[in-house]
Amino acid sequence: MPKCVCVITEFREGKFRRVSFEVASEGRRIADALGAHLCAIVIGSGVTEKASELGAYGVETVYVTDDPALEHYLTETYVTVTAAIIKACDPAVVILPASVNGKDLGARLAARLEVGLAQDCVEVICDKGIIKAKWPIFAGKCFAWSEWTEGTIPFISCRPNVMDCLMPDETKKPSVEVIKVPIPEARSRVQRVDLDTAGKIELTEANIIISGGRGMKDASNYAMLEELAALLGAAVGASRAAVDSGWRPHSDQVGQTGKVVNPNLYIAVGISGAIQHLAGMGSSKFIVAVNKDSDAPIFSKADYGVVADLFQFIPAFTEEVRKYKTTCS
Amino acid sequence: MNIVVMLKQTPDTESVIRIASNGKSIVADDLKWIINPYDEFALEAALRLKEKHGGKVSIVSYGPQRVVEAIRTALAMGADDAVLIDDPVLAEGDLLGAVKAMSGVVKELNPDIICSGARAVDYDQAQRGAMMAEFLGWPHLALAVSLESDGTKVTIKRPIEGGNVTLEASLPALVTFGGSHSIWNPRYASLPGIMKAKKKPLAMKSLADLGLNLAEFGGSSAKILITALEPPPQRPAGRILNGDLELEGKASELVRALHEEARVI
Ligand SMILES: Cc1cc2nc3c(=O)[nH]c(=O)nc-3n(C[C@H](O)[C@H](O)[C@H](O)COP(=O)(O)OP(=O)(O)OC[C@H]3O[C@@H](n4cnc5c(N)ncnc54)[C@H](O)[C@@H]3O)c2cc1C
Repeated sequence: MPKCVCVITEFREGKFRRVSFEVASEGRRIADALGAHLCAIVIGSGVTEKASELGAYGVETVYVTDDPALEHYLTETYVTVTAAIIKACDPAVVILPASVNGKDLGARLAARLEVGLAQDCVEVICDKGIIKAKWPIFAGKCFAWSEWTEGTIPFISCRPNVMDCLMPDETKKPSVEVIKVPIPEARSRVQRVDLDTAGKIELTEANIIISGGRGMKDASNYAMLEELAALLGAAVGASRAAVDSGWRPHSDQVGQTGKVVNPNLYIAVGISGAIQHLAGMGSSKFIVAVNKDSDAPIFSKADYGVVADLFQFIPAFTEEVRKYKTTCS
Repeated sequence: MNIVVMLKQTPDTESVIRIASNGKSIVADDLKWIINPYDEFALEAALRLKEKHGGKVSIVSYGPQRVVEAIRTALAMGADDAVLIDDPVLAEGDLLGAVKAMSGVVKELNPDIICSGARAVDYDQAQRGAMMAEFLGWPHLALAVSLESDGTKVTIKRPIEGGNVTLEASLPALVTFGGSHSIWNPRYASLPGIMKAKKKPLAMKSLADLGLNLAEFGGSSAKILITALEPPPQRPAGRILNGDLELEGKASELVRALHEEARVI
């Protein structure tokens, strides 16, 4: 009987982050392929009550450490608690989110447990009992497949917004085991947490993104993209040229030295399509490019290209979207 | 303040990447090499710390002789000395082995703070800093987009999904750097800097020089190995919306295509 597959979840502000359900679903697929049990680790403050939600995604056992000292993610405390639970459940495979905190936790866990971690994976397969994982390298210009050597537990972090969530089955309830782990004294501290409260949609989790580049010409012109984004329920991103010009904050930058995003629809407006920008959005399901230069490299990546002046096209497109939204709702 | 910067040399971000005939590495002959941009941000932050607190900035790196060029650039930007671990055994192993080898060198330098890029733009594994901190038993603050230090502690701001976290640690500590050129604005090497860099100490070490047991490094000790590379999936050819259409026509055609064909709105 193979050991279990273990997924590490992420909890914030009283609820699971969606990526938790993605890794649980991926864990379920791998556990089925191995004929293994699926367990999950949930740690934080006030998490016990919600822990059983994971059952809907196929988790059979949830290990919970619930402590006010775990209110905020801190590598030193989280890695100690997580490592202790992993040792206790003795998994065959560990899957966690390649979120900001997940990537950090995974890397430190890999060193503590002396295992191999494949970070930011977009595909995981189980080939005759052997686990293989794939992730983008060289800014998405290539993909690497990795395997683990005999006797090593594969640790895999999965890129958010890539793995499909299973249809939740609310009737399934996991067993919940509370694990007491002494929380170590940490030499680092969380001073402040500032969450965007304006209801801004996070780029890495958005279904639709509209990004503006140097072609936008001025910070004030982004109001046009914001208006369109509000209609579509989209997030607004930017190219490095726009960020370097001070029109948008760095947190909006998409690309090799910005965020890697994976929406269903990416609309690039006044962006030329430099390789470093493509690195951040090249795996979007559908790409639309709006550019006045028909030779712009972005068109070679776009499913739909519009050769037009953005200052004329975007208002016209916004009107059409508005018409469509009012007739359809 | 003793500052160590972990530096990696990576192919230029513009490079065309071709898969080698063995199917699991890339053709490296004709690549242009640069300092990993995130390590350059780390170096810039380190140089600013030195300007404020005094002390020295040491570069620690691993890789073949071509890495010397990146190290000389870092020295020209203002770093003081460097150690390069050049041992073919490391290339056959995994990251855990490489970081373990570097940790010995780092310990000897007795740093107050270690600065490192949060990720490298080649294999993008984002693990080196956290692993080093673990081997040293230090706190680490990941993905800094700002850094302040009074010499006894360090404070960073770190972006998380939908917000920011401010973290603090007492020194010694390790910081990994995220952010972008607009945030760190790394300096260029000046001409006098380039001249001076030629005379700055650069030590070349093999694993044996470091007194390490070779059996603990290389392929046989690796936990994870890259077994194959593959090109990215081809995107089906796109479509330029009919050039004959008027503006409104293009706009309504795009709405129709996104709704009916792509089904994304
Ligand atoms: C190490 C490194 C890391 C980098 N990381 C990133 C990164 O993370 N993200 C990133 O984006 N870039 C990154 N870059 C920069 C990248 O190389 C490009 O310089 C950048 O993406 C260009 O931004 P842009 O497309 O907005 O500007 P440009 O290349 O100047 O393109 C502007 C486009 O707008 C079009 N345009 C202008 N006016 C109009 C109009 N009125 N209507 C319609 N179209 C119009 C033009 O035809 C042009 O195609 C990086 C570079 C390096 C060296």
